[in-house]
Amino acid sequence: MREVAVVSFAQAKPVRRDIVHNEVEILMPVVAEAVASSGLARDRIGFTVSGSCDYLAGIPFSFVMALDGVGAWPPIEESHVEMDGAWALAEAFTRLQHGDIDSALVFGFGKSSVGELPEVLTLQLDPYLVAPLWPDSISVAALQARAMIDAGLCSERQMAEVAVRSRRDAKANPFAQLAGDFDAASLLKEPCISSPLRRHDCAPISDGASAIVLAAGDVARALCEKTGRTPAWIRGLDHRVDAQNLGVRDLTTCPSARIAAQKAGVGTAAVDVAEIYAPFTHQEILLRRELGLSASTKINPSGGVLAGNPMMAAGLIRIGEAASWIHRGDARRALAHATSGPCLQQNLVCVLEGE
Amino acid sequence: MARHCAVIGVGQTRHAAKRGDLSMVGLVREAALAALKDAGLDWKDVEALVIGKAPDMFEGVMQPELYLADALGAVGKPMIRVHTAGSVGGSTAIVAAHLVQSGQFSRVLTVAFEKQSESEATWAITPKIPFQPPLVAGAGGYFAPIIRAYIERSKAPADVGLLVAVKDRKNAMRNPFAHLHLPDIDIETVANSPLLWDPLHYLECCPSSDGACAMVLGDEGAAKKAPARVAWVLGTAMRSEPTMFPGRNQINPRAGRECAAAVYRQAGVTDPRKQIDTAEIYVPFSWYEPMWMENLGFADENEGWKMTLDGVTAFEGRMPVNPSGGVLSSNPIGASGMLRFAEAAMQVSGRAGEHQVDGAKVALGHAYGGGSQFFSMWMVGANRP
Amino acid sequence: MRELPAPIKMVTIPTRLDFTITPGEAPARFLKGMMEGRILAERCPACGKVYMPPRGSCATCAVPTREQVELSSKGTVTTFCVVNLPFYGQAVEIPYVCASVVLDGADLPFFCLLAECPVENVRMGMRVEAVWCDPAERKPSLENIKYLRPTGEPDAPYESFKEHL
Repeated sequence: MREVAVVSFAQAKPVRRDIVHNEVEILMPVVAEAVASSGLARDRIGFTVSGSCDYLAGIPFSFVMALDGVGAWPPIEESHVEMDGAWALAEAFTRLQHGDIDSALVFGFGKSSVGELPEVLTLQLDPYLVAPLWPDSISVAALQARAMIDAGLCSERQMAEVAVRSRRDAKANPFAQLAGDFDAASLLKEPCISSPLRRHDCAPISDGASAIVLAAGDVARALCEKTGRTPAWIRGLDHRVDAQNLGVRDLTTCPSARIAAQKAGVGTAAVDVAEIYAPFTHQEILLRRELGLSASTKINPSGGVLAGNPMMAAGLIRIGEAASWIHRGDARRALAHATSGPCLQQNLVCVLEGE
Repeated sequence: MARHCAVIGVGQTRHAAKRGDLSMVGLVREAALAALKDAGLDWKDVEALVIGKAPDMFEGVMQPELYLADALGAVGKPMIRVHTAGSVGGSTAIVAAHLVQSGQFSRVLTVAFEKQSESEATWAITPKIPFQPPLVAGAGGYFAPIIRAYIERSKAPADVGLLVAVKDRKNAMRNPFAHLHLPDIDIETVANSPLLWDPLHYLECCPSSDGACAMVLGDEGAAKKAPARVAWVLGTAMRSEPTMFPGRNQINPRAGRECAAAVYRQAGVTDPRKQIDTAEIYVPFSWYEPMWMENLGFADENEGWKMTLDGVTAFEGRMPVNPSGGVLSSNPIGASGMLRFAEAAMQVSGRAGEHQVDGAKVALGHAYGGGSQFFSMWMVGANRP
Repeated sequence: MRELPAPIKMVTIPTRLDFTITPGEAPARFLKGMMEGRILAERCPACGKVYMPPRGSCATCAVPTREQVELSSKGTVTTFCVVNLPFYGQAVEIPYVCASVVLDGADLPFFCLLAECPVENVRMGMRVEAVWCDPAERKPSLENIKYLRPTGEPDAPYESFKEHL
């Protein structure tokens, strides 16, 4: 495999609802920053790929407007996935293996605020038998939380503590939407949104965008030399999907995350920092186990998506956040995880190492 | 550094206005099972999947590949969903080919589909740009003005479009999978059909179809074990340009020209007019055949229509275009691009049955989407490069 | 044995999702102009081209546009089609002419409705002008321009607008 590294990363600060800017206006400065900070001129970038979702935006072909904002002239080699930007990064990683180009721009964006997100996500479900009942995404996640509690794998208290830790850590993150000091006991007194999930157990709704520049081999080394970063080499990258129907899975497990982590080589050495995409507190507990993370790994120092969840960009942000630890020399080995679909149906794991 | 990639199996559904006999699950499995059978493989032999389709509003399911994961044998495997508007079927095949060319996987299943009968297709495709009235009535409404400009600029005779409409539907009579089987079609019938978006007649336009296409792509090792002849991928390319900018040439977009140049270069084609035996290109509206002939370098600017008029692109012609009947005969939007790529592969591996072009060894598959801004192309050949 | 009822082969599931779309800063500037009956295009600081309607960035230079340029209501039809197809959500009665028009001063065309002209008389190069709705009915929308109609001026020569095709 050809060596590929994350050489730069930028994100917009996620907000609950941006009533001033459209998706492209949120995205453009983020892309500009990622490119500028990579040290690579925009016209030298070999491949561009993005992640976004029409139903999230409420408009068909919604990704097309982004192309108009990122400079596709002269014509560029470009692609798009109807998935989080993390999977766009996987596509870019593959493309860079061919050896004819040395860099790629990856971005993800979305305004989750424009629709009623929990209802929009209902449309992911079986259109014949499940979606017509309109189970919203929070209720669907609640089923999994209930399964975990009943299996003795977590408690509402532990879930609240995940929320408390995340939002406290988020105070140090200038890109956090929700940060602050909370107390588990008080949080547990709040009413449930969809039992056993309370407001604090759920990621917020966010508008946002993120971008990453990847480079291969010596090009990555040269760029990082100039920008004073340790290159964040992608040493493992894998993604897997499980069946969707909740009734055919054991919701207290996440086989796709486990396999992806194994294939990405998570267990071969200690992981200093892990940025995990857990939109619900019980899912962090589940994923810790399935990804094989030890107690010594720092989880979600950014606050994770509980501090801000710009869908379609958030998975890419996990990779960027993990990479930033390597760039700064504050971590030698980091893990990033992204998820998609109800109850952690699809999972991507990326292992990053500094030189 | 890129490894060789071959098409070892091809499958597609019987395309129709409405496949009321199948759910979405049934539709994708009909194509996927056919491709696996063609490749002599089973679900378990597939290592990764790449799914492609156009806007999810066509079926009313958000990211339906998630719902379809187990139906497609994807459980426990990597799965990517591509969406690049109309070119998506082509881009999907290219992303799948990349997974083999990178050395990451030996056998990849790629499926593209649309079951657009499940919602209202024109509504689903028309972007409702807020604060503007929905004027552009579907794809035809967008492309008809461009076609008018081409006719004006090239001084092409008015019946060129009609000729393409007849040719492609006659070709479709040789393709059992095609949606439209119009045995009695002729110039007069087309000319007498209603002018949907003047200057386009109803019968010069693609149908709206339910359908799916699937291919199994493999590396050299997988190709050696394949039971039937394989088609080798000689080159792949994708290019995009913005929708609207000052001075944009919409008739002969630069992104299309550069995409073609890139794919010819990779395939070692220096003279496309002589070295390509047949082409499956994305012609959803009749006049796009002559326009793409120019964009793809088969004809000089303003001369593309001569190829049609002179019969060069006819089934018996020097370079048959769309021997399968093309998009004009079947248009499940998400799948149409992949059908072009798959039909090109079928031609060079002798799988095209009654619509086989004799002696086809090198073929071009082409797809485009958006406001003529997304292009994906591949070249396939009978011989390993 | 009772006979089974006919199998269900089709389910119709009414689905409705509401979305609240933000036009964005640049489109909002334009729409404010629309409220005032003005056409406010924007110029790219790098290449100098004028975008109507503006989207806040120049697609070729990838930089934000800020400078507003007010345009007159007159322009040239670069190309067009006559729509005869009925579809769900259609705003205008068929047949109607959907035209690509470059307003004087703009560097690229936009789609609009043509009216007050028999459909068979519409031609490429035709000079047209915007017909605005009643000021009392104005909304923040391009729909404040009800349609464009022929001005009666001589057609613009093909050379003058062919770069927009």
